[in-house]
Amino acid sequence: MTVQELVNALKLTVLSGKDGLNREIEGCYVSDLLSDVMGNAEINNVWVTLQTHKNVMAIASLKELACVILVKGQSASEETLAQSNEEGIPFLSTTMQTFETAGKIYDLLK
Amino acid sequence: MHLEYTVVEGDFVNAGTASSSVKKALKQLNVSPQVVKRVVVALYEAEVNAIAHAYGGKVLVDIDSDKIKMVVADKGPGIPDIALAMQEGYSTARPEVRDMGFGAGMGLPNMQKNVDKLNVSSEVGVGTTVEMVVNFV
Repeated sequence: MTVQELVNALKLTVLSGKDGLNREIEGCYVSDLLSDVMGNAEINNVWVTLQTHKNVMAIASLKELACVILVKGQSASEETLAQSNEEGIPFLSTTMQTFETAGKIYDLLK
Repeated sequence: MHLEYTVVEGDFVNAGTASSSVKKALKQLNVSPQVVKRVVVALYEAEVNAIAHAYGGKVLVDIDSDKIKMVVADKGPGIPDIALAMQEGYSTARPEVRDMGFGAGMGLPNMQKNVDKLNVSSEVGVGTTVEMVVNFV
């Protein structure tokens, strides 16, 4: 499944990083602790989080994640979104909270 | 190859600059992706620790044909009990740092898990030096 297909399936808002919408998704990691994601997320994972600051993008880039989904309708700073555009790692937003978001992604990827 | 970076106190916006640059260098040298992954996790955690806890420091990286050596040396409060600091879940991070999702007490354990050699030396009131080696084979 590509990031674009996930966007369509969950009606996500694309905040930035459109160049990365064709990225292939392999799994998902859900956490708001950055060291947890750093230590345990895998390449091409979707990352579901409520953290929105610039370090989220740094970790997404270092770990080569497929995309980041911000829950509860949150957006990220201009600076973060600019870096997401530069690196082609999409930042997506949903009005759903983490539990629903993760559940739906689990259904799609299982 | 020798690389050097400066870490500034509280400069979270630039956390990961050294890790990102070292990652690029290793990829150019065709180091295996598994090794690059481990280096990136360990160095990122060390960078964040220096930013969160110290008053600034240096990252010194030496890449040889068979290994990478990384030294993160800071001027800072130091670590009174290194064994305690190594324990998963133990953290002295400030509340605002924890609110960002850091300070879960996973930094030093993440370093330990991803490197072949880890040496932490510290003097209270002076600073901390973290030395890490990752072998390429």
